[in-house]
Amino acid sequence: MDFLQQFLQQVLNGLTLGGIYSLVALGLTLVYGILHVPNFAHGAFYMAGAFVSFHLMTRYGVNYWLAMAGSAAVVAVLSTLAERLVFHPLRHHSGLHPMIAAIGMMLFLEATAQLIWGADFQRMQSPYSGIVELGGLTAPVQRLLIIAAAFLMMVVLHLFLKRTVTGSTIIAMAQNRDGASLVGIDANRVAMLTFAIAGALAAIAASLYAPINLVYPAMGNLVITKAFVIIILGGMGSVPGAIVGGLIIGFAESFGAFYISSDYKDIIAFVLLVVILSVRPQGLFTKGVR
Amino acid sequence: MKYLEGRIGWTLLVLAGLVFPFVTGNDYHLTVMSTAYIFALATLGLNLITGYTGQFNLAHSGFMALGAYVVGILTVDHQVPFWIAFALSGVITAIVGLPLGFVSLRLKGHYFSIFTLCVGYIMFLVIEKWESLTHGTVGIIGIPAPTGFGGYVFDQPRALYYLVFAFLVVGAFVMHRIVTSLLGRTFMAIRNSDELAESLGINLARNKLLSFLLSVFYAGLAGGLYAGFVRFLGPDLAGTHHTFEMTTFMLIGGIGTILGPLLGAIGMPWLSQHLQFLQEYRYVVFGPLIIVLVIFVPNGIVGSYLAWKARRASNEAKKLAVPAAAKPVNTTAPQGGATHA
Repeated sequence: MDFLQQFLQQVLNGLTLGGIYSLVALGLTLVYGILHVPNFAHGAFYMAGAFVSFHLMTRYGVNYWLAMAGSAAVVAVLSTLAERLVFHPLRHHSGLHPMIAAIGMMLFLEATAQLIWGADFQRMQSPYSGIVELGGLTAPVQRLLIIAAAFLMMVVLHLFLKRTVTGSTIIAMAQNRDGASLVGIDANRVAMLTFAIAGALAAIAASLYAPINLVYPAMGNLVITKAFVIIILGGMGSVPGAIVGGLIIGFAESFGAFYISSDYKDIIAFVLLVVILSVRPQGLFTKGVR
Repeated sequence: MKYLEGRIGWTLLVLAGLVFPFVTGNDYHLTVMSTAYIFALATLGLNLITGYTGQFNLAHSGFMALGAYVVGILTVDHQVPFWIAFALSGVITAIVGLPLGFVSLRLKGHYFSIFTLCVGYIMFLVIEKWESLTHGTVGIIGIPAPTGFGGYVFDQPRALYYLVFAFLVVGAFVMHRIVTSLLGRTFMAIRNSDELAESLGINLARNKLLSFLLSVFYAGLAGGLYAGFVRFLGPDLAGTHHTFEMTTFMLIGGIGTILGPLLGAIGMPWLSQHLQFLQEYRYVVFGPLIIVLVIFVPNGIVGSYLAWKARRASNEAKKLAVPAAAKPVNTTAPQGGATHA
């Protein structure tokens, strides 16, 4: 019984982490699908999302959910600006240059956050600090909220992509850029929209996760690196791949931290990637060679 | 300008480096310059795999830290003489780089970069967490200063400056020989097109791996020098921001040239000196600067100069060709990216 409880506790942790990772990875994979750019600045958007929520809540006393919506809007605008000002002018360059530009943007956002809010670790209060007990299993409310909200966002995103015309234009662009242009899809509009969605998802993920973690300028670095691991595992540009990959990494980390070593839990995702890519350079879910 | 190119220009640069300690009366300036030289050496390595071979390795600072820790651990915990530890720093870094390069170079383009980003993180985390070997976040303190012949110790800023400078000169010269050799041409062929290079009979896997190993060897040696120069080590050296910094140096100076990374790695720290009031916040300025440079000056200072020169040469060749238009003259000039300083 004790073993089962511990096991279920890790499942809960895995779902929490997996939900957050999936939301971040979804934004990254959508952007990659459209522009074929690994957006290293995505982690900085995540960080910005947490800080904007934090700022709205502590400085203006805004309600938690409103703060989350506000930060989603702010980061969506930020992300769209990044597309217009940085990635759009570089769309004809291949490989190295957009990557370096993304790194420049990341460094800029981190330094700016540090300038505004300082380098200290901040704690973000959530109104949901209680604990739920279910048959001997204890679960902080915030964790349950994260799981519910993250999976709700995934369902909403899925419906948006599959059931609306606007959403289909994103899928069409990701599948074939020329083909999408031929049927009259405005590439600029889709790129901006994709960046806005990616930014909003990152901000929501950050605002959800911040209350059980800390807020600081470098908080995005580890998350974005793991999100990259996830989309490589799941296939760059694949939406289901990002969700499944996020859950795999989430579970690997929570179980690894508990059963192997909590000191090395941050390495687990990367070791998993190195091992998998050594055996299968094409990733887990993709066909063909890279 | 013409007179400053080639051997004369390089000789002048070396002379400038030699007289620098006599021009500045300030130990602080010497320290800044020596640190810049060490990072310039590492940047030369990064430039080989990224600028010449076209594979953007984001684990570079991890390899530099590896070399530094080899020296730190061997000298402090095992009392190995500095120079033996220093020689091992490059060798061990290359040995560790062999399996890592073998695995990571099977991936192409973005996948390689992301994979190496993860490798870099693993290296950082291992250094930070493996306390019994690396002293963890406390770091390694009291690394002995490099010793010379006959009991001479390089512990004065000026002596250290010349030591580091000598390594940079040798490193730059060897790199020059590498990139102008057939091997260097091979790397550039791979950068310009994987498929084309392969169809010329170039063994992609072997040459990429060779470039990778040479590159991390430079990083390891630079790390070893860093350990002997700063004499204190922390996991921070492995942080990806150092790789990003070296990328910036390389990009500003001119990627895929020898002079460019040197110019960037030595010039940028001086620029930061003048922006010292920013220190922690320098990326508020440098971040947008990187973006603007990538968009408007993608070939960097040296690359743009070479492209300008090539354009002028091509225009002059055209002028010459017009009177003799009876037979077609081949006026294609080398492009900026394909040449090197």
